[in-house]
Amino acid sequence: MFALAGKINNVGLIEVPMGITLREIIYEIGGGIKNGKKFKAVQTGGPSGGCLTEAHLDTPIDFDSLLAAGSMMGSGGMIVMDEDDCMVSIAKFYLEFIVEESCGKCTPCRIGNKRMLEILEKIIQGKGNMEDLDHLRNLAYVIKDTSLCGLGQSSPNPVLSTLENFYDEYVAHVKEKRCFAKQCKALARYTINPDVCTGCTICARNCPVDAITGEKREPHFINQEICIHCGVCYQKCKFNAIIVE
Amino acid sequence: METVKLTIDNRHVEVPKGTTILQAAHQAGINIPSLCYMNLPHLAQEHKPGSCRVCVVEIPGRKNLVPACATECTDGITVLSHSLRAINARRTVVELLLSDHPKDCLICPSSGNCELQKLSITMGIREINSVENAAMSTYRKDASPALNRNMDKCVMCRSCETVCNEIQTVGALSAVNRGFMSVVAPAFEQELTDSPCTFCGQCVAVCPTGALTAVDNTFHVIRALADSNKFVVVQTAPAVRAALGEEFGYPPGTSVTGKMVAALRSLGFDKVFDTDFAADLTIMEEGTELLDRITRFLNGDKNVRLPILTSCCPAWVNFFETNYPDMLDVPSTARSPQQMFGAIAKTYMAEKLGVKREDMVVVSVMPCLAKKYECQRDEFKVDGNPDVDYAITTRELAHLIKIGNIDFKTLKEEDFDRPMGESSGAGVIFGVTGGVIEAATRTAYELFTGKKLEKVDFHELRGMEGIRTASVNFDGTYIHIGIAHTLGNARKLLDGIRKGMYNFHAIEIMACPGGCIGGGGQPLHRGNSIVLKARMDAIYKEDFNKTIRKSHENPEIIQLYEEFLGKPLSEKSHKLLHTHYFSHPKQ
Repeated sequence: MFALAGKINNVGLIEVPMGITLREIIYEIGGGIKNGKKFKAVQTGGPSGGCLTEAHLDTPIDFDSLLAAGSMMGSGGMIVMDEDDCMVSIAKFYLEFIVEESCGKCTPCRIGNKRMLEILEKIIQGKGNMEDLDHLRNLAYVIKDTSLCGLGQSSPNPVLSTLENFYDEYVAHVKEKRCFAKQCKALARYTINPDVCTGCTICARNCPVDAITGEKREPHFINQEICIHCGVCYQKCKFNAIIVE
Repeated sequence: METVKLTIDNRHVEVPKGTTILQAAHQAGINIPSLCYMNLPHLAQEHKPGSCRVCVVEIPGRKNLVPACATECTDGITVLSHSLRAINARRTVVELLLSDHPKDCLICPSSGNCELQKLSITMGIREINSVENAAMSTYRKDASPALNRNMDKCVMCRSCETVCNEIQTVGALSAVNRGFMSVVAPAFEQELTDSPCTFCGQCVAVCPTGALTAVDNTFHVIRALADSNKFVVVQTAPAVRAALGEEFGYPPGTSVTGKMVAALRSLGFDKVFDTDFAADLTIMEEGTELLDRITRFLNGDKNVRLPILTSCCPAWVNFFETNYPDMLDVPSTARSPQQMFGAIAKTYMAEKLGVKREDMVVVSVMPCLAKKYECQRDEFKVDGNPDVDYAITTRELAHLIKIGNIDFKTLKEEDFDRPMGESSGAGVIFGVTGGVIEAATRTAYELFTGKKLEKVDFHELRGMEGIRTASVNFDGTYIHIGIAHTLGNARKLLDGIRKGMYNFHAIEIMACPGGCIGGGGQPLHRGNSIVLKARMDAIYKEDFNKTIRKSHENPEIIQLYEEFLGKPLSEKSHKLLHTHYFSHPKQ
């Protein structure tokens, strides 16, 4: 039994035989990815599970193979992600849940998960460095290795599996300050396409920090030093003139 | 005995089945560091929550590292206490603890005495890997009259909780909140003063960091000493002299009475007196009260409440006021020696010396934290002026001596000032469990039988068992005596009395393990029972070496009654030396 959810056409509870592959579940039962987007990852086993990639799609689903692939059957959750999902943000999302759930008895889970979350937040803010990634990985291994109960022993799984399978995304966040999925607002760069902009001024009027300038009926311009990456201009523009990179 | 064989760091070890890896390693000379583990063998209490994860070791073949303190040895296993994996994990765990710990070691009251600091030193930690401005778990500071809580420094070892709940059964502390904000606190995070806390200070004695510390009155005392308008007298409790030496490098059990007196005089106290004198006075009052109740009971008076309970221990007084409000008429009304001393010093002695009450400052040196609370109780004040102004602990006295630039070891021994400096051996043994009741028995025997007591040492009343009972032959009449130390044992006795299970005539209760020698204000022994035993032996030796062994033979006590009080339980005695108790049940 799985709870199939996420960016998939058919969501719901499914009952499947042991040994079925992820591909069969996602593309046959689930009916493929929503809006014809590209499959990126599937997270199984609930918050303590791991994220599996395209390379794992033909893995038969049973307790041992999922564990070997770095995830687990766990609670039977199965969340499908597409190219619009940022894996660093996903790891952070699950870790927030873990930090909330930690009872506080043992040190690694009580303080360690909080510290991992802080590193992820730092990376998402575009302030991370490569040392942070090493530190994150070490913390994850130690928390897994030393925690008192199952929660702490599995809590680093989202971090470890994304570090393992999507390391280039972490590196892009840290080195290039880029989020492939354009989910990390702090890393997004908003510009105006002068060919499309009509100079309607709606973006400039809605910008909370007055970062947008330009004459009426002339293409507008975003001052990157003032911009706080809030995305209001992107939402307000009626002509799709705002480019997010 | 069934044994298991294992290898720890390439050493072959054979240990009895059930031994933990930590114990086995220790026997093999391998010191695996630990933090939350606490062993109190004299109280049969082993605290091993396995929560700090500092003692983790590697057992090849097992999925995860295991905590050495909570993992039993099994046959044939290999344990690696310093593999790269174990060292890295241990170090990371300590770094995590440090990342959520204030870095004010230089001015922390526990600096030099802190287990976390020691771990950091041993592991050579030079930097803490955590993000800038990493969140810290911070909590409201809690200051009580006796002890301070700064839970920012709590490492969640929860030793205090075990002591408070399992040994003392006070139940003032437990873990509250969840996750990162979890902390040990009174229920609803209320203040200690509003909790059932008795201020026994045993939590302070076991806290590995600066989270629980004693209130420090050192500078109040220094200011009083520097004030030329103040006449500062000091009294020292029996248990202090048996432990103070430890702070200056003497082995446990070294009695340093003479040097302590010399140091106090050198510090500038105008008079150096002895609480032991007041202990003798306590015996006169309490012993007489005991005898009075027993005699009335034996004569068939139905209104007499027996057993009589001792009332020297302020933590114990707080305990029964909170937990046994229906039995407030059972304990002796006699004040504790500290308060008797203060009352006599500020009346009889002040008059004798020609010092006004308000100009006299009475400082007491106690092995105890609850004494700090006791001397602030309203019933021990006259027009707002307390009988005892400041109570400082043995540790604070050691600190005071160090601040005073006194080389303790080279001091020549000196004697107490008189009067109020002479004491009997009975006064000395107040410092150990069973001592008060033995002292009372020595006096009560002679008063009851009218005969001279030949055998002064009552070995049946001595020892370290939590609850002891004995029947003493008072010339044909057997007096049944119960003794308990630690409040958990006191609760057992009291619950038994409530149910009518016992027929004791008298019961002595001390809140701390071993009596005052194991008090919360003593040099920290971290549960080492050998230290406690040595202090106990030192006290009994001092008693044995005294020429006067019975309180009522102390000439200064006799003089005090002749010149001032009249007789025990006189009106003046009642006013100055007795008290009453208040019911304050708390949740």
